[in-house]
Amino acid sequence: MVSYQKFTLENGLRVLIHEDHNTAMACVNILYDVGARDESPEQTGFAHLFEHLMFGGSVNIPNFDTELQKVGGENNAFTSNDITNYYITLPSSNLETALWLESDRMLSLAFSPQSLEVQRNVVSEEFKQRYLNQPYGDAWLKLRPLAYKVHPYRWATIGKELKHIEDATMADVKAFFKLHYNPQSAIMVISGDVYYEEVKSLVEKWFADIEPGQKYHRQLPQEPVQQELRRETAFAPVPLDALYMAFHGPARLEEGYFAMDLLSDILSRGSSSRLYRRLVKGEQVFSELNAYVMGSIDNNLFVIEGKPSEGITLEEAERAVWGELDLLKKELVSKAELEKVKNKIESTNVFAELSILDKAMNLAFHELLGDANGINTEVSKYLAVTAEEVQQQARAIFNPENASILMYKAQEEEIRHVG
Amino acid sequence: MLDRTKAPEFREIAHISLKQPVKKQFANGLPVYVFHSPEQELVRIEWIFENKYLDEQNENPLLNSALCALLKEGTTTMSSAEIADKVDFYGAFLVPEYSFDVTSLSLYTLNRHSKVLLPLVKDILTEASIPQEELDTYLRNNKQKFQVSIQKNDYLARRKFYNLIFGENNRYGRTPKLDDYDAINREQLTALYRKEIVPNNCTLIVSGNVSNDLINELEQIFGFEWQGPEAAVLAASPILIQESSGLAYEEKENALQSAIRLGSQTISRTHPDYPALQFVNTLLGGFFGSRLMRNIREEKGYTYSIGSAVATLKHTGFLTIATEVGVDVTNATLVEIEKEINLLKTTLASEEEVDLVKTYMEGSLLGSLESIFSHADKFKSVLLNDMSLTYYSYYMEQVKNMTPEKVRDIADKYLDFEQMVKVVVGKFNQFEPIHQAVVN
Repeated sequence: MVSYQKFTLENGLRVLIHEDHNTAMACVNILYDVGARDESPEQTGFAHLFEHLMFGGSVNIPNFDTELQKVGGENNAFTSNDITNYYITLPSSNLETALWLESDRMLSLAFSPQSLEVQRNVVSEEFKQRYLNQPYGDAWLKLRPLAYKVHPYRWATIGKELKHIEDATMADVKAFFKLHYNPQSAIMVISGDVYYEEVKSLVEKWFADIEPGQKYHRQLPQEPVQQELRRETAFAPVPLDALYMAFHGPARLEEGYFAMDLLSDILSRGSSSRLYRRLVKGEQVFSELNAYVMGSIDNNLFVIEGKPSEGITLEEAERAVWGELDLLKKELVSKAELEKVKNKIESTNVFAELSILDKAMNLAFHELLGDANGINTEVSKYLAVTAEEVQQQARAIFNPENASILMYKAQEEEIRHVG
Repeated sequence: MLDRTKAPEFREIAHISLKQPVKKQFANGLPVYVFHSPEQELVRIEWIFENKYLDEQNENPLLNSALCALLKEGTTTMSSAEIADKVDFYGAFLVPEYSFDVTSLSLYTLNRHSKVLLPLVKDILTEASIPQEELDTYLRNNKQKFQVSIQKNDYLARRKFYNLIFGENNRYGRTPKLDDYDAINREQLTALYRKEIVPNNCTLIVSGNVSNDLINELEQIFGFEWQGPEAAVLAASPILIQESSGLAYEEKENALQSAIRLGSQTISRTHPDYPALQFVNTLLGGFFGSRLMRNIREEKGYTYSIGSAVATLKHTGFLTIATEVGVDVTNATLVEIEKEINLLKTTLASEEEVDLVKTYMEGSLLGSLESIFSHADKFKSVLLNDMSLTYYSYYMEQVKNMTPEKVRDIADKYLDFEQMVKVVVGKFNQFEPIHQAVVN
């Protein structure tokens, strides 16, 4: 059970405080309600590039990182297709420094040209390191536009292409800040060795005078229901073939989301899971095989990815996966198997409560979804899912007309040298 | 009016107090360390075995890791599937882990399920059967993963680096090759299992909510009922010889980035200078505000990330600097790294920078103590080198006493760019002179 108190400043900033005195640290987590889905198709990768710029100095403080390190703190951030999340952990005695830093960059950035220039390079190198210079690194750059035709989930957070990042201008940066970085778009969670009253007055001191800014109204094109099977084959100089299968599924807040998530656990969680047990170990069709749900706020994807064993073609491998999916549609999962995946959800939830940072991130995300208390009630939603609902979900999503299949084929050695 | 240009006043960081374990010894001699935290709903039980050096020259580099992975793949009474089902059913995690010096099996479970799972662990530690079929599957799948790994420049660079700093006739330096997968067999694994997975080569660390009932249960099963050979396994120490100090370069024609890795063997945690060296390492490349990060990422934008680390193994320590950079700046990065190292050896850092690193390291140690499990982890780290928790008070004291002069002296004593192994996998810009003569 994660207990917390919440208040909202007049400028719209939502603040949640969770006390945990088992540690001497505090965590300040700020979630900005903006992700890659809010980018224009001509300027992808911008939310993530912007995240880097948030460390390039704010209006009154030239160096964010140094000031934090001086008081023994650390920070980082991540950008997803849905959100941008910043976090600081530091000794609780110096909590105020974190609030000083975060409030100043919420107020305004320094918009330093040098920072933009350097971070464009850093992000370009990140693009190369993670997506281009890695075997299979670009699979998601191909799979997303196959699965999504309209919704901005069709590009990855790093962006569609290097050029979009290289072309970013200071005017773009300023406009993005104005539109998305203000108290109304933010949720701040402070957790750890802190006391509510004290924190509340510090938050008021540093954040209350920030202008509320304009409210951003998200209007994203919704992904139409997929009508037919989509296939793509890619060739790359990789040592092994790989198979990616993506199915549309319920959004995070839609009916059926939890049943879909349990389906992925039944198929792929732990070494007793079906895909591992049967297709990796038993029939040995794959050398590795995983299934997971993206957990997106809008139209979700259920993904299965694996590498066939030596001598198994991608077509054979795909057939074997369909065999398992069809089984879930045909037969109810047993009581014991369902209980097993639910037990794992329950124990994992207890583990997640060990970390003040995990708790802060989860509280912020649930608050964004509509209710921070979801952090405490979500497990019961998983526990309430019946075998029939699991089957119903399998029937709804595991259909060829709902599938996008990427076959990633290993090029022959000879071809590699020519290209 | 709020003055936003002025930082809030710095407040002293809370004193770090490490939790001491309660030590016990079971009837069979098994040492047990208990970190009890009654408010937890969880318990973690770790059986830790030392990977002894039994056949130094001829050891297959996959031997210990294969044994580790196969521990839970079947016993004389339970199949791999039955073990997996049972662990998963109770929402538990049974995690075998391998490192150069240690193999461990950790059980993470809710308190209420620990009793059901202990007999299963006992079965694994005493009756593992290492089925041929499971071994075949393991080797086949890992061979595939290996083929993917060797397509990654950073993996290749790391491998070459270990070969060169330790030499290839020992476990630290000899990295797996494809043939090694074919050379592993059940007999070798079974022999190793019988020698190493025994009470007199084991340490038990129990952390979380450790009730008296649980201790009694553990003592019954792993103290009274677990017997092994009387004599401890004798083991050799490895002979570790750095093989070169030049540049090892593997060209990748189509590379977009070069993986760079350099470093050398150095002192380990047992040496009195180790905390000071950790300090110098932190300042050089150990955190986001380090000189390498500031220079090579934040000023020049050559890379997404660069870092340095000092690590301790059972028989030595080593220093490593690693990054992946655009191919056009491969050489420029090497030049900058050399510059930064030499600067540390010759020019005093500012008091301000030294103070910042001190505070950062204090905060970082405090932050690493989040739950009872992290207290147990701290203990585990020093246990490997037969040291006690007093190490951390010494460490903090040394960090506090660092001065710009001491930073320079330690850098001068332990950092030597010339002597470092340097590995580049990727490409040098053709218009750029290569930094050093290529060896290997």
